[in-house]
Amino acid sequence: MLVKQVSAFIENKAGRLCEAADKIAEKGIDISALSLADSAEYGVLRMIVSDPEKTVKTLREDGVICKVTTVLAVAMDDTPGGFAGVLNTLTEAGIEIKYIYACISRISGKALMIFSVENPEIADELIANTAAGKVDPSEIYRI
Amino acid sequence: MAMLNPKEETLSREELTALQSERLVRQVKRMYEKVECFRNRMDEKGLKPEDIHGVEDLSKLPFSYKNDLRDYYPFGLFAVPMKDIKRIHASSGTTGKRIVVGYTDEDLKIWADCFARMLVAVGATDEDIVQVSYGYGLFTGGLGAHGGAERIGATVIPMSSGNTALQIQNMVDFGATILCCTPSYALYLGEEVERMGLKDQLKLKAGIFGAEPWSENMRLEIEKKLGIKAYDIYGLSEILGPGVGCECPAQKGMHIWEDHFIPEIIDPDTCEVLPAGETGELVLTTITKEGFPLIRYRTRDICRLEYETCECGRTHVRMRKPSGRSDDMLIIRGVNVFPSQIEEVLIEVGGENITPNYFITIDRVNNVDTFDLDVEMSEQFFHDDVKSIAAVEKQITEKLRSALGLGVKVHLVNPKTIARSEGKSKRVNDKRKI
Repeated sequence: MLVKQVSAFIENKAGRLCEAADKIAEKGIDISALSLADSAEYGVLRMIVSDPEKTVKTLREDGVICKVTTVLAVAMDDTPGGFAGVLNTLTEAGIEIKYIYACISRISGKALMIFSVENPEIADELIANTAAGKVDPSEIYRI
Repeated sequence: MAMLNPKEETLSREELTALQSERLVRQVKRMYEKVECFRNRMDEKGLKPEDIHGVEDLSKLPFSYKNDLRDYYPFGLFAVPMKDIKRIHASSGTTGKRIVVGYTDEDLKIWADCFARMLVAVGATDEDIVQVSYGYGLFTGGLGAHGGAERIGATVIPMSSGNTALQIQNMVDFGATILCCTPSYALYLGEEVERMGLKDQLKLKAGIFGAEPWSENMRLEIEKKLGIKAYDIYGLSEILGPGVGCECPAQKGMHIWEDHFIPEIIDPDTCEVLPAGETGELVLTTITKEGFPLIRYRTRDICRLEYETCECGRTHVRMRKPSGRSDDMLIIRGVNVFPSQIEEVLIEVGGENITPNYFITIDRVNNVDTFDLDVEMSEQFFHDDVKSIAAVEKQITEKLRSALGLGVKVHLVNPKTIARSEGKSKRVNDKRKI
């Protein structure tokens, strides 16, 4: 299913990530999935949070550059071939994957992953018709 | 001491003044007829060419500015028909538009003479081999030195800049005796020569170094490392190119060839002419230039003039090394850079609605200038994947390279981390200890 992701520009300097995390914590926002992509000089922090709008507002007030994008959360079978199956579905449909990160799953027997793709709506439809899509959306959103 | 033009180089002050007066009157009259910008400025002041009787009237004349070259881009300030312009050179202006200068045959001859006077002064003859390691092309350095070396009948190695290994090999194999390049590059060559243990195989005896600021300490270092005498040269393409001011063996300032240029020192704020010997902005008037003449051109270089006759015997005034600028121009690796050029590129990339906040850091590491640019991240530049951000970074870097002709290391930083100040913000940290 489609979820909202908050991404933020984090300069590669001591304490920058810590500051951002503190601000989010202060507002009682729960981070349920997170990835940090890095280059030599900066990082891009990506998060799935309990309240994306509030997160963006909080970060912006603190001078952090951020934006909200739509990504795909997929609950795939936690068995060999589960991940490969999802990739195959997307690749066969010619959907370009920008990045992927994994997160902790609270759904028994399922692995949860976040996909950033070129066409999230199309990808979402494709996945919904496979085994990986047959999950109660409310459970995914709880990630 | 050897001189290219012994008569001209040793004219008495009275003779120089008389010659300058005659040439100035002629130049003003000619420019009033041919150059619209100059005529308008004269008219605004209610001045006619007949009001100018000699150098004593110089301070009545209107100034000219670097921006005039932009406003009349490309050929609007030329004083001869294009068929008489035999060569074009160009360099960076204060904004995206470059400044363009043109030379007639006679201008090129005078330019070669000016540079050749220096070559002769530092002991060069037609027996010498001159390695020109200034960049060739639109930049005046390469071809300026080239013309001077040809004028004295020396052998020229037109190396241009870069490719240090080949530079050193040529110096050794071809037996170069005179080196022309930027002082920082000379020092770098010196270090490489030292590292390769080739100093004994060099035949170099003198070097002519300019186009960027350097110090007495650098001079001593270069002289020691290359086993030569190092001489300073001053020039700017608006006026001529290298050869406006040239050091002699006395190494006590650069002689401004007063039979071709009249220098003045002014207070950059009040624009008043300062008494001889005081430090201020150098203003130059070209009195023999045909193609692209300038009256009272504001060089923005801060320096001092010394009128005492030099121990080398030349009577022409000496300018001391410029100690700074009266504008915000930076000289990085010999290239003129204005912060406004950077601002323009950032607006081009980010769109009109961004406030381009940037900070320039310049340093000199192993004798090479480093140029770092912090750019504040904005919503326009930000993407959720590193590849797209890197693409923005690359776009800025490439546009800057093409606008400035210089490589820049761009760093994207957090917004609001570059200090704002009231009025004119401080955007440059020049850490070079020259």
